[in-house]
Amino acid sequence: MLATPTVGGPAFHPRGRFQIERRLRQPRWLTVAVPAGSLVFAFFASGIVLLATGHDPLSGYRQLVDAAFVNTGAIGQTLVSATPLAFTGLAAAAAFRMRLFNIGGEGQLYMGAITAAAAGLYFGGSGGPSAFAITAMVVGGCAGGAAWALIPGLLRAFFKTNEIITSLMLNYVAGYVLTYLVFNTESYWRQTTGFNASVFPTSKQLPPSADWPAAVIHVQGGIALPLGAGLALLAAAVLWVLYRRTRFGFEVQVLGDSPRAAQYAGMRTRRKILAVMGISGALAGLGGASQVGDFSHSLDADPNGLQKQYYGYAGIVVAALGRYNPFAVVLVAFLIGGLQNAGNTLQGADFPSGLVGVIQGLILFSALGGELLVRYRVRFARRPEVVAVEPA
Amino acid sequence: MNNSLAVVVLASGVVYGTPLLFGALGELLAERSGVLNLGVEGMMLVGAVMGFWTVQRLHAGTGLSLAAAVGVAAVAGAAMAAIHAFLVVTLRASQIVSGLALTIFAGAAGLSSYLGNDLNLADNPAAHQFNPVFPASMQNWPIVGPIVFGQNVLVYASWLCVVLVALYLTRTRLGLNVRAVGESPAAADAMGINVARYRYAHTLVGGAFAGVAGATFTLAITPQWVSGITGGAGWIAIALVIFAFWRPELCLVGAYFFGALQALAPELQARNIQLGPTILWSNALPYVMTIVVLVFVSASGARRRLGAPAALGVPYVREER
Repeated sequence: MLATPTVGGPAFHPRGRFQIERRLRQPRWLTVAVPAGSLVFAFFASGIVLLATGHDPLSGYRQLVDAAFVNTGAIGQTLVSATPLAFTGLAAAAAFRMRLFNIGGEGQLYMGAITAAAAGLYFGGSGGPSAFAITAMVVGGCAGGAAWALIPGLLRAFFKTNEIITSLMLNYVAGYVLTYLVFNTESYWRQTTGFNASVFPTSKQLPPSADWPAAVIHVQGGIALPLGAGLALLAAAVLWVLYRRTRFGFEVQVLGDSPRAAQYAGMRTRRKILAVMGISGALAGLGGASQVGDFSHSLDADPNGLQKQYYGYAGIVVAALGRYNPFAVVLVAFLIGGLQNAGNTLQGADFPSGLVGVIQGLILFSALGGELLVRYRVRFARRPEVVAVEPA
Repeated sequence: MNNSLAVVVLASGVVYGTPLLFGALGELLAERSGVLNLGVEGMMLVGAVMGFWTVQRLHAGTGLSLAAAVGVAAVAGAAMAAIHAFLVVTLRASQIVSGLALTIFAGAAGLSSYLGNDLNLADNPAAHQFNPVFPASMQNWPIVGPIVFGQNVLVYASWLCVVLVALYLTRTRLGLNVRAVGESPAAADAMGINVARYRYAHTLVGGAFAGVAGATFTLAITPQWVSGITGGAGWIAIALVIFAFWRPELCLVGAYFFGALQALAPELQARNIQLGPTILWSNALPYVMTIVVLVFVSASGARRRLGAPAALGVPYVREER
């Protein structure tokens, strides 16, 4: 009735069946083909959702591509969404590689935004050089995100507490803190003088010296390449070197793939958990700093603003589709950023909000199902005895 | 007396605890069969929106509409769970990532929000809602009146479900088989139990429970549709299963404890009671307490001695032991 047991052991099937067997070697081309195929499949499946609810998928997708990459100013707007996604994607990739499921990127991004905004307000107004204020914001954002991520990190390292639930719970807490700072108390981040501030709670604008610079490329009516996008690329390079070329990275990967083997080899599990959670949180926090410095120039505490973009959760999709490879993550962030941008731009009757999440979820599902094709081969066999022996 | 803070918070704690209880019971069934489903939040939200849609669009009497709505919510939740079951049982995908994918797909920014917008469900109160079952005279009895007799039929149904799930797991052949599948799928397989079929069935039933949990929000607690109306209740339900050491009767206790914590914030605000940054700590309290209790449970090591199914989260492949 429910499961057709096609996935049992090959040797036990009386007749020919589709069979799934472990690959001894993973062909390289598959690591590119599977994510690409996942994207195609996800859009196909989303098309079914659109059709079922009475929309035309083809015109919807055409609008989506136009709004994301083709229209005047589209790419610039896509970069606004892609930049935070690159950071949260790298944050998820850094942790997930060790099978440390930090899904608190959302809250760590808020915390980074809070601390970076404080740093910008404090150092930007001190009359020092702009570079000093920006550096302070970068450091502040990293520190805020890392500190928030270290809470689940410490709990996991010392009490073996499940980091998935704790890091997720802290997202809600961070959201309440963020809103509280501007809407419910006269904090350092809130504008307390002036007419507007007396009518509606408003965040303090950062001084101009705390605004992050952007490089302008003169196509499509001028695309602003934000400093945050550059920092994301730099962070990806650092992460790649750290995970592929250092002892630390090697140990993290062993701990992820086989915790037992790592322990027998004398690797320090607790320290790695703390370090990896710290790195992951710092990356997400840097995304928050970039939000403030590059785009909002004040702390966006509105429950319907930054908190409705769900950058932290979408970062998980980005990381999985990039198969935790830092450079692939940045590339994927650009694509998913396009999707998110189109979702914001097109929101309306033809393109109900929520569609972006549907597509993102389906991308993650297909990337996950696609992993099967990387790790296993699927084939149709008539006689089970033949496939029981895998060619070496 | 019935207006004292303690009684009101306990009474609405039962109300807020009911979706937690339904969600936790469903997750418990799935986990007892060895399938961790982190998509509870998403399944709840889809159940919530579909249940609400049913009462808005079905022109029938109150009883029939509500019954149909609960049924539709259960089917919607089960349909969401089917995706997860296919990925983790048939395709052997990572249960953690698949569950996260389900929450992203169905959750506050996904399908539930899409359906809510596309079906124009926001901004209207529910056409029918669950009301207290017992007459007002009984609801006015001191203390037990509001807490025990002031509830709607979903609350009493959840009590029945606790009993049924507990009996099912401990007193029936099927229930023993489920536990075998969750503890040692290889041994269960050798006994002739179809591991995949049991895992599918319990994941789907778990999804149905989550769907009903969602409908509890839109048909009883706050009878309207708001995107993300569950506000993390699905995640608290997952944590509850851990606190309850995978036992249904303890889920009941935990659900009402966390329900009361959730009820505290609106009640303190309604009474204008200020204790420092009240709006901040009272809203954050259920989430913080989830972490605190989880730390106590994991630090005590009780989890390993009591309850956690040994094969939880591990895909079963016959020839790979």
